[in-house]
Amino acid sequence: MSKYILQRLALLVPTLLGMSLLIFAMLRLLPGDVVDIIAGTDGTVSSAAKEKLRDSMGLSDPIPVQYARWIGNLLTGDAGKSLRSGEPIGEILMRALPITIELAILGLFISTIVAIPLGVISAVKRDTAFDFAARIGGLVGLSLPNFWVATLMLLFTSKAFGWTPSIRFIPFTQDPIGNLQQMILPSIALAVPLMAITMRMTRTTMLEVLGQDYVRTANAKGLAPRPVLYRHALKNALIPVITVIGFQLGGLMGSAAVVEVVFGLNGVGNTLLQGIFNRDYPLVQAATLYLAVAFVLINLIVDVLYAWLDPRIKLA
Amino acid sequence: MSVVTTTPDVITEGRAARTATPWWKFPKRYRNPIGIAGAIIVLATVVIALAAPIIAPYDPSSQGAIRLLPPSREHLMGTDELGRDTFSRIVYGSRVSLQVGIISVVIALLIGGVLGLLSGYFGGLVDTWTMRLVDIMFAFPGIVLAIVISGLLGPSRRNAMIAIGIIYAPAFARVVRGAVLSVKSEAYMEAAKVVGASNMRLVRQHVVPNILAPLIVLTTVYLSSAILSEAALSFLGLGTQPPEPTWGGMLNIARTYMEISPWMAIFPGLAIAILVLGFNFLGDGLRDILDPRLRER
Repeated sequence: MSKYILQRLALLVPTLLGMSLLIFAMLRLLPGDVVDIIAGTDGTVSSAAKEKLRDSMGLSDPIPVQYARWIGNLLTGDAGKSLRSGEPIGEILMRALPITIELAILGLFISTIVAIPLGVISAVKRDTAFDFAARIGGLVGLSLPNFWVATLMLLFTSKAFGWTPSIRFIPFTQDPIGNLQQMILPSIALAVPLMAITMRMTRTTMLEVLGQDYVRTANAKGLAPRPVLYRHALKNALIPVITVIGFQLGGLMGSAAVVEVVFGLNGVGNTLLQGIFNRDYPLVQAATLYLAVAFVLINLIVDVLYAWLDPRIKLA
Repeated sequence: MSVVTTTPDVITEGRAARTATPWWKFPKRYRNPIGIAGAIIVLATVVIALAAPIIAPYDPSSQGAIRLLPPSREHLMGTDELGRDTFSRIVYGSRVSLQVGIISVVIALLIGGVLGLLSGYFGGLVDTWTMRLVDIMFAFPGIVLAIVISGLLGPSRRNAMIAIGIIYAPAFARVVRGAVLSVKSEAYMEAAKVVGASNMRLVRQHVVPNILAPLIVLTTVYLSSAILSEAALSFLGLGTQPPEPTWGGMLNIARTYMEISPWMAIFPGLAIAILVLGFNFLGDGLRDILDPRLRER
């Protein structure tokens, strides 16, 4: 087991390097010169002044040197400064990250507690009206744009209860109830598509497991249906479901970006978007890398968990 | 379905029986209500997009009506903040959704398909490096990558297509590579090689036809994702720019006027959901039909 974890950790290094390289290359290759953006192209800033600015930002160095400096600084915890506000990017992102993570975890939690029971019932009552409704519901859930669900929720709560979300973020540590009140709607909006995916996956694997010999044996030797269902079938059916949920958690951090915008939450996604609109390249670079690293780490944890749950996978 | 049927399957599949079957009865494996519902939704949307000038009662950019009207007989879905007819704008918006969805998936299919084909067919270093790149691209949450690419290229319809095409290319590369690998080990490939068929001929005659089924399913599924991504980008202001009507863009504006005219926020989202649902239904049906391993599940 520890060998497997070490192996995966070693593989992490090239992946992270490759990702940082890709992000860096993307920001250099795409059109638009940072210096032009800061100084403007209307000619009010002389080209000599622009060159000076370029030198001071280290942008006249060769590209590999710039990359090495970026990575080197990142490793010492320095992500640079925002072009817009001059604030250290590390601080901006540290403020944003807890919001996105809380959103993703709550969304995951809500979708899982709804989806797994639905998937199991759907599989057990296969080809009944319930199963059919759940399958259609699953496809519908997959098709709803989460920003629309989020918008409708805001519309509904403000019309029905006259409630609008607070503009300022309330940290969980300060006011748990206020925080949950603020986060529950965005989390549900985030959970809807994931719910559909998890439910469909649970149903499929449950059906597969229910057809296995050991389930038949358990039934044949006269075990009560419930223990068979929970102890024999569900336990084994959940393994692939966990992988799928894990993979979705990474994607959830991405879709959280869109939901954050609707609810005006300043998570990483919203920060990234503001960075793009302000042409704040260092911020975009760092925020993208943060999201990508979180995504990779989550996938690693899921894989390890998977190997631990299913001894057949060991050392793939 | 019951085991005892009046006509055994063997006969229905035979030539004699086929001529006797009325034309409206599809062969049994094509009788897939979900898939057919999806096909109808998709076809209807295509017709609406093509016939938009005939179907839309008003010019989508004409600001002739009173602003923010509720739905009425004259304006089926009301009017927006500039007095434009929402129904006409939704009809025209279907063009953007379909166009961006289809072109971006074609981009993904071309990039990913070629990479996957090369990598699976030739193996070796080509394979190693291509798959490494694919792994790294998979390590990004897709929509984040799309936001960054289209944001940096500059918000426009063309750049949204490029961004969405790029983020879905790795998925196509992976599936094509896997399919090619499994085809490569088949006996008929061996036989064709022995007869002296060239690489080009092997790929065209044997590999491509045999990987079409998984590709078709994948394409349909990703069409639904691409339309959702397009809507999300337009919603964030990173896709097709106003005043051109897009469903995502209409939803974005609707947020400002939601309190006074909630219908503005309802219809564009409904349009997105219905079209995406159509592609999802179609994909589900196609999977049942084209992938025999998944049938009966």
